Amino acid sequence: MTEDKTTKSTYSRRDALRLMAAGGIACFAAPNLLGKPAFADTANPTGRVVVGLSQEPTVFHPLMAHIEVDDAVHFSVFDALFRMDPKGVLQPNLAAEVPTQKNGGISEDGLNWRIRLRDDVRWHDGEPFTAEDVKFTLELITNPNFRAWRTGGHSLVRDITVVSPTEITWRMEKAFAPYLSFLAETFMVPKHILEKEADPNASAFNQAPVGTGAFKWAQRVAGDHLELVANPQYFGDGPYIERLVFKYIPDMTVLYTQFKSGDIDLTDQAYITADHYEEARALPERVVTLEPGASLESIYLNLEKPQFKDPAVRKALYAAIDRKAIIDAIYYGVGTLTETFMPRESYYYNPNLPAQEFNLDQARKILDEAGWVPGPDGIRQKDGVRLSFANATTSGNNLREQVQQFLQQTFAEIGVEMTISNLPAAVMWGEFWLKSQFDSAIAGVTYLIAADPDATNRLATSAIAAKGGKGSNTGQYSNPEVDALLEKGAQTFDPEARREIYNRVQEIVREDLPFLPLFAPTNVVGRKEGLDGFAPNANTRTASWQAATWRWQS
Amino acid sequence: MRGFLLNRLSQSLVLLLIVSVIGFVVLNLIPGGPLAQFGLDPSMTQDDLNRLKEQLGLNRPLWLQYLDWAWRLVQGDWGHSFRDGTPVLDVIGRHLVATLLLMGSSTVIAIAIGTWIGIRGATHRYSVFDYLATVGAMVALSIPTFWFGLVGIYVFSLRLGWLPAGNMYTIGDGSVLNHIHHLILPSIVLALVHVAIWSRYMRTATLDVISQDFVKTARAKGLSERRILMKHVVGNALLPMITLAGMQLPSVLTGALVTETVFTWPGMGRLFLDSLGYSDYPVVMGLLMFSAILVVLCNLIADIVVAIIDPRIRLS
Repeated sequence: MTEDKTTKSTYSRRDALRLMAAGGIACFAAPNLLGKPAFADTANPTGRVVVGLSQEPTVFHPLMAHIEVDDAVHFSVFDALFRMDPKGVLQPNLAAEVPTQKNGGISEDGLNWRIRLRDDVRWHDGEPFTAEDVKFTLELITNPNFRAWRTGGHSLVRDITVVSPTEITWRMEKAFAPYLSFLAETFMVPKHILEKEADPNASAFNQAPVGTGAFKWAQRVAGDHLELVANPQYFGDGPYIERLVFKYIPDMTVLYTQFKSGDIDLTDQAYITADHYEEARALPERVVTLEPGASLESIYLNLEKPQFKDPAVRKALYAAIDRKAIIDAIYYGVGTLTETFMPRESYYYNPNLPAQEFNLDQARKILDEAGWVPGPDGIRQKDGVRLSFANATTSGNNLREQVQQFLQQTFAEIGVEMTISNLPAAVMWGEFWLKSQFDSAIAGVTYLIAADPDATNRLATSAIAAKGGKGSNTGQYSNPEVDALLEKGAQTFDPEARREIYNRVQEIVREDLPFLPLFAPTNVVGRKEGLDGFAPNANTRTASWQAATWRWQS
Repeated sequence: MRGFLLNRLSQSLVLLLIVSVIGFVVLNLIPGGPLAQFGLDPSMTQDDLNRLKEQLGLNRPLWLQYLDWAWRLVQGDWGHSFRDGTPVLDVIGRHLVATLLLMGSSTVIAIAIGTWIGIRGATHRYSVFDYLATVGAMVALSIPTFWFGLVGIYVFSLRLGWLPAGNMYTIGDGSVLNHIHHLILPSIVLALVHVAIWSRYMRTATLDVISQDFVKTARAKGLSERRILMKHVVGNALLPMITLAGMQLPSVLTGALVTETVFTWPGMGRLFLDSLGYSDYPVVMGLLMFSAILVVLCNLIADIVVAIIDPRIRLS
């Protein structure tokens, strides 16, 4: 019958595919064998690492709109001018040095930039990497027909001039210090391949990218995994492993099961779920660690609501949160206490902020002193405003829902009423969140863009979308001093000077409490024992930011 | 025959039109949309989101978006994925092989075993075997597939360690044997329901034929039971099965949503789920039209095949 035929042809098709795959592998193996003697100083890459991801990487053109999970591939196949190291300091990558005002790379007014490039870099196809590629990359991002990812910063670039194959200059429309960090997430693409494409959004390159990175594109089985192979001509340290595989496992429990069974060697996004942490730690021949992330889990207060206008209310609520209990009892002990939006791993983290103390008596006292007195129903009120508000988050996020119930009880003890009204993700994070239609919300939010300390997008008055601003200041926080500091910080290039500015911003925000920090989420990262050279980096969005240095213990 | 074909084809076109309109509207009614995946990413400013919206053509009125999409489809252009810009047909093609492998083998298992159980149940009516088969079919039909899948993984993978817990093959080992090893559990789990359906239909069809006069005649002629069964009963009983196959065949190509997720199988079902999750409109619409066309085509082919085999049916 028809079905018999179908199956037969399936098998022969599979065989054909296998032959093609074998041919592909042979193609990659051959140059490796030939290349070895010429590059005696490069280690002999051996072994394979399988990285598990819970979303599928699909966007391989690193400049196109993409999501976090695609970064794992971009960081392995491509290079940017700079790279942000785990301490939050920029290191040269394709550039020979990080330009500063001191070394003359950036003019005193911050408007004229000059980048010197390495001269020993080649694309995976053997063509040399030059300043022309940098120019092409920067111009492609602002091409109005190109479906680019972030254009912030890039849109300020004017008059790009290629001085020599290893030197490029441009002018900025205005001084914008975060652009340096943005460039650390701007991967360079080859001009000689992409300039021939008529439609920049639908090129063959999208499915077979060519970069300068430590790993070359090998093959992809859509919906399942993709495979990269070592680039023996890589200019940097490594690679030490021959094959790097990104395996897509759509279910978080299955991701953990396959880590346990040994099918995957390393868990990248979205890592191991917190409820498996205790069990995972006890697994033999596995290393399971808690690695900080860049986001902050907090209670967002809509400061335009009359309940939250009084700073005393915010202080009292903060004092009434038993954060330790929340982390230990609800989040399986996975999470770090913090007082600021700045990730601990940032160079700009302020360690000297006053620590919150859980104290219900103190909370009551603050409210009493501020004139919020209990009404007939036991709920405090002042000038006709009842201290009652709704709290929203994604419905179905059961850990956050437990936090809500926990807070509801403790807040009630100080005479504050909190109701819970959760919404489906698509509704919650749409207009409701972006246009500040909530009373209060629990959200995990990243404040920094490309790990730059400039938090204008979340904290500046000009970033309140509900008031016609451009940005994500959904809590409607507005403090002229913070505005001025942010303005200054975005135009200051010296890291030391910037640290002072952003430390002050963190102090003011800690004092004002526009949001109440719960904890900084940590990722449960698991890897097989024997996988060396792995270093987490909270200043990137992926655990696979530097697979070049990974190696198996021999 | 020609009149029949023209009639059926025009009916099919109207059906496809209705499916596409409903699909398009419902898809666009889902809150969130294709840009929601960037909603919590601080790097995407409102300007960037607006630019993408314009580039994807999402700021046009819905009817215009539909007409544009439909007109391109008529010309053979299925559009490009919102996620990675690859042509929709390429995206579908990449997932088709995995689904064919899984669904093809499970269908073969289902038909072979289902047909055998059905015939045996009919020839040994009210025997222990028949009762067991009936109860078994009811159980298989009423328990959801994902439950069988999870229990199968628990027993055969985690407990006994005989079979892999998922995936199409072990990375780095693409041998046929490795594929088959990975195929056993998911294809049997998927086949369970189909065995139940096939055996029930086959049993009824066989019983119908067995009580016909020509079977009595054959018996009167002194033919052996075996010969009667093979030559006269099964051939005739299989006729209605062709129609059933026509109805089931499309699922061989469109995949199984749940089973593919439970077994991390990179097929069409999971592609559909993922594309829905990212609101990748062109791919979702492509999959919808792909399966609608298959359903229409397979039913048409089944009707024609039945008419050719059975001279009593006239297509007019």
